[in-house]
Amino acid sequence: MSDVPDHRGDLPALPTEEMLVNLGPSHPASHGTLRVLLKLDGERIVRAVPEIGYLHRGFEKSAEKGSWTEVIPYTDRLNYNSALLNNVGYCKAVEALLGVEVPPRNQAIRVIVSEMSRIMDHLIAIGTNLVDIGALTNFWYFFNLRERFYRLVEKLCGARLTTSYVRIGSLQHDLYPGFEDDLRALLPEIPRAVADVRGLVERNRIFHERTEGVGAIPAGEAIAYGFTGPCLRACGVPYDVRKSHPYYGYDQLDWDVPVGEAGDARDRILVRFEEILQSARILGQALAKLPAGPIAVADWKVVLPPKERVYGSIEALMGHFKIVMEGIRVPAGEIYDSTEAANGELGFYLVSDGSGRPYRVRVRPPCFPIYSAFPRLVEGQLVADAVAALGGLNVVAGELDR
Amino acid sequence: MSLAVLLAAKAVVLVLLLLNLVPLLVWVERKASALIQDRVGPNRAGILGLRFAGMFHNLADVGKMLTKEDIVPAGVDRLPFVLAPALGLTVALAAAAVIPVADVWSSGGRSVPLQVADLDVGILWVFAVSSLGVYSIVLAGWASRSRFPLLGALRSAAQLVSYEVPLALAAISVALCFGTLRPNEIVEAQGDLVFGALPQWGILLQPVAFVIFVTGALAETNRLPFDLPEGESEIVGYHVEYSSMKFGMFMMAEYIHVAVASALAATLFLGGWQVPWLPTEALRTHAGPVLAGLGAIGALGGAAALAGALRLPRGVTAPRSRDALAIGGLGLAGVVAGLAAAATGLGADLGPGARATVAAAAQALAFGAKTLLLCFGFVWVRWTLPRFRYDQLMRLGWRQLTPLALANLVLTAGALAALGELSR
Repeated sequence: MSDVPDHRGDLPALPTEEMLVNLGPSHPASHGTLRVLLKLDGERIVRAVPEIGYLHRGFEKSAEKGSWTEVIPYTDRLNYNSALLNNVGYCKAVEALLGVEVPPRNQAIRVIVSEMSRIMDHLIAIGTNLVDIGALTNFWYFFNLRERFYRLVEKLCGARLTTSYVRIGSLQHDLYPGFEDDLRALLPEIPRAVADVRGLVERNRIFHERTEGVGAIPAGEAIAYGFTGPCLRACGVPYDVRKSHPYYGYDQLDWDVPVGEAGDARDRILVRFEEILQSARILGQALAKLPAGPIAVADWKVVLPPKERVYGSIEALMGHFKIVMEGIRVPAGEIYDSTEAANGELGFYLVSDGSGRPYRVRVRPPCFPIYSAFPRLVEGQLVADAVAALGGLNVVAGELDR
Repeated sequence: MSLAVLLAAKAVVLVLLLLNLVPLLVWVERKASALIQDRVGPNRAGILGLRFAGMFHNLADVGKMLTKEDIVPAGVDRLPFVLAPALGLTVALAAAAVIPVADVWSSGGRSVPLQVADLDVGILWVFAVSSLGVYSIVLAGWASRSRFPLLGALRSAAQLVSYEVPLALAAISVALCFGTLRPNEIVEAQGDLVFGALPQWGILLQPVAFVIFVTGALAETNRLPFDLPEGESEIVGYHVEYSSMKFGMFMMAEYIHVAVASALAATLFLGGWQVPWLPTEALRTHAGPVLAGLGAIGALGGAAALAGALRLPRGVTAPRSRDALAIGGLGLAGVVAGLAAAATGLGADLGPGARATVAAAAQALAFGAKTLLLCFGFVWVRWTLPRFRYDQLMRLGWRQLTPLALANLVLTAGALAALGELSR
């Protein structure tokens, strides 16, 4: 062993080597097909290089192939945990480009389905995050509630995951009779499930030690990266599209924007807990205020005329024919419009050339900028922290890769 | 000669008992986790329409494990790779050899200790052998020539070595209290009463040691919140590269470790085979009423099974009618057998051999009940707590549990010295 340097009485240093490890693209902790190449010094992460694109399905290009309406089913597959929010976001953007505003009942229904969807998304985000740090039971407590929401969604639009419920200027159909009662019966279950899971984690020291300071980011840097949604609010920035740029009457409802302090994995979970409760508050108020009236805009260039009119009048028949054969004619122009999705600001930048087909549909998925900060969040921390942080960001490969 | 035969027979019985405990524990794990998580749990797999509340699912699992392709990945270190799972299972089984199931059976000048080996350093044997279990995991991780298993193996090496220390210190405190390392003597000593009322169980004398021991046992068995070597959502585990029954053996070893750790904890802290307030002599003199009591417990259990079966759907075409029939039949048989035993116990005059057997049966039942209770505790903890992180695990082990166990040991020794017990 002559090549080992003599340390004058010290023990010779053991040779150590950094190790490359692939976290993903198929790994129990990567929700969806995320791949992170980790350079490890022992268990400490020296470098983390995320590689995205494993779930790239060409959403934006596919959107240019059909009519504006035909994009809606694609939006289900962006963040598949909250398809309804994506439906709402896309249709709202197209309506803004069209310059139409949907009737009050439609707006109220969109608020209701959005908040239901947000609750479902947060339930799974918290649940899987806790599974990542080894607490499996919470996941099932939340899944019981989530399942009841899914049954409601299925009853509402016939599908559980790929809802496609919202239409440009309208909805697939109005609420079914009795929906209000079904939802009202579900409302008390929300705080109960949250209390169940909070009871298991909130005073649990292991939970606090596993999440405190894990993947933390200060507010300024988070803004610089383009964080939005619960991850930004966990840093203490009360930015919420529903408050900052109110739409659909969110400003007339009484609710709060919960914020954290440290911007770490724990605050992200706690902020989501609180947002579930706030969404429940919104649901209660929206149900109480739900106006009567039509759900569709009264413009047969945007929505299909009622079937009985199609068979009875030439104008309705022509409107029907034009929309089915040519698609909705969105005037030439461009627009960026955003809504608050479960993960943050979901933006659509749309360009129309005046034909019935989108010229460009660009999505700003909330988790893309958030995920870009992932190396910054985990470098210097342990492998277990990377997993705990990844779950808290709630990166959904569907909207990340598109 | 007959001694060797007896020894072999006891070893075989113990191994069979432990191996059969594995499916039971797996079933408890599944059903208890389902109970905790508002689910139903396994209830599909069945034989001839018999399902027994998912009990048969384990048979399906065994069939699956045995018939799956046994893959040895290219590039692994073959010998250690194949050896590791077998080593884990062997070590887990061997550790149980010194744990007494009941007091020494004796009648007419013959006496049979109801444990495989009655070592005077039995507690040391358990620690010596079970700490070899780390080799199984380290070898598995190293021989796999894969990175995630390597991480798991390294975590495991550090974890098992670290938690061995407080675990052993806690056991030493108990051994000090009772002045022996022989498991059977430790259990015997726990039959005495303190303040003339409470049985002198280890948990009463050494409550701190009990907490440390159970925590350490959770870590030694690699179960949540200490399942870092497996860490399924982080590093997937030291056995990623294993398939088929080799993987199954790791699973079995884990459950046997749980059973052995529970049995050891019951031996050290919960009075082992002691039936509270009934020492062996009393059990033997009152063998008749004891048998009657056991019969009554059996009859009650049978009645409960019967009542449960009556609630199941009945009728030839009902989906679970065979379940109802089988469980009801077993329950009825239990009632009849229990009542018969009770009648025998109250009526017949028992010989000395029968008396010793009844006493041993009662003690074995008490021991089994305590062990299973602790096993359930293991399951309960697993489905309640999140997992530690590596550095937190080390901190808890070295900075908190080890000093606490040391302080407890010093206090115990000091107290015993002050009472003049150590000169014994």
